[in-house]
Amino acid sequence: MVIPSPGPLSRDAELSPRIGAIVVGVSAGAINALSVLLPALPRELAVAVIVVVHVSAGRRSLLCDLFRARCAMRVREPVDKEPVGAGTIWFAPPDYHLLVERERTFALSLEAPVHFSRPSIDVLFESAADAYGSELLAIVLTSASCDGSAGALSVRSHGGTVVVQEPDTAEAPLLPRLVIAQGSPHKVGTLLEICDFVRATVEGGAP
Amino acid sequence: MTTEAGFDLDDGELSLLLEAIYLRFHYDFRNYARASLRRRLAQALLRLRCETLSHLQARLFREPEVFTLLLQVLTVQVSDLFRDPPFFRYLREQIVPELRTYPSLKVWVAGCAAGEEVFSLSILLREEGLLDRAMIYATDINPEALRKAEAGVYALERVPTFTENHRASGGRSSLSDYYTAAYGSAVLDRSLLKRVVFSDHSLATDNVFAEVQLVLCRNVLIYFDKVLQSRAIGLFKDALCRRGFLGLGSRESLAFSAHAAAFKRTFPNEQWYRRW
Repeated sequence: MVIPSPGPLSRDAELSPRIGAIVVGVSAGAINALSVLLPALPRELAVAVIVVVHVSAGRRSLLCDLFRARCAMRVREPVDKEPVGAGTIWFAPPDYHLLVERERTFALSLEAPVHFSRPSIDVLFESAADAYGSELLAIVLTSASCDGSAGALSVRSHGGTVVVQEPDTAEAPLLPRLVIAQGSPHKVGTLLEICDFVRATVEGGAP
Repeated sequence: MTTEAGFDLDDGELSLLLEAIYLRFHYDFRNYARASLRRRLAQALLRLRCETLSHLQARLFREPEVFTLLLQVLTVQVSDLFRDPPFFRYLREQIVPELRTYPSLKVWVAGCAAGEEVFSLSILLREEGLLDRAMIYATDINPEALRKAEAGVYALERVPTFTENHRASGGRSSLSDYYTAAYGSAVLDRSLLKRVVFSDHSLATDNVFAEVQLVLCRNVLIYFDKVLQSRAIGLFKDALCRRGFLGLGSRESLAFSAHAAAFKRTFPNEQWYRRW
């Protein structure tokens, strides 16, 4: 299903700008959704995949351990000032906001939580939109929080591409619905359709 | 960059504002990491009811109290007592035995904000019997934060977290020995500050003021760009005696710094470095 949007209607691979990075925002239902999306990404994917999952501020996130075994791409949490390396899935570390600088390095911050969340999807999406402009692909998945809707708008206004999980297939449809309602997505689909879209759109994604 | 608030911060205005703040108030934010600084400035516009950064700049020159408010937004103050317990456990178990070998001990807490790191360190050193021969220099650029740190008053609802952290860090006593609860606040024992000197000091513009054996600077460098980070780490390098220790935040690293070769990383806890 393609939602008409105020920007370019066609996002065919040959017309789209080169995708330079993917950002993913997900909360309630994250593990199941990411278990479909992330293992489907090939090792050759020529971009960074940066993921914010709302996790409680435990000392250590188990996300890396969980997905490292299942994914073909490298899986890591960045440290401050680390270059945003391609071919890697980067998880925001617990209890820090994760941002991307224009020189395409990671930055961390302990500013106040946004919509009760740190890390916040809005913070990542807004900074990545500023850093990557039209080269950014943002993927909005299941979430019961509104954190991420402002970020998706920002990605859209910087010329980036926004893809949203079909709310009826999301464990928590609130955020997907919000992002669709504000009219910013270029594509709405099931997790498998989103996987296909990424593989078709991003360099190194096709087998 | 558009923010939740819908502000679009102009890069030119942003650079001019930072220059103006430096010229007028001698606070140097010009080499702060830009992505999060933009967020904080957008919040400042909201809070101070300014439409643009130029508007904010004009007000800064005419209303002195505006800068005081702006400073609170631009400097991020987040910590807990014994935040990140494994860090303090490593200090207690691996580093304190080495610190005992010094007849007197000098420590620099750089970017002490509201004092949580200072009190954590004082409590730990007292438990280890080292506080009486220690001198702790606690510095920050924000005078309001320094005032809070000297007062040592924290909301009572934060105490359960403090207590849990203290225990997880290997605390040898009960945290309740070190504070008095009154009127919804926990007031920390004044004697913990007997060996502490609070001072205004900027990692961006000031220089080394003492030779120390231990530097704590946690979750401060994340707000600096690489240039300013390098300046700050250079100060730590010059302040630390040979084989002295530098403790950073849990996601900070010297790996991307020009001074990396002057330090050795400790294992298995990767937040501690040793001057080499």
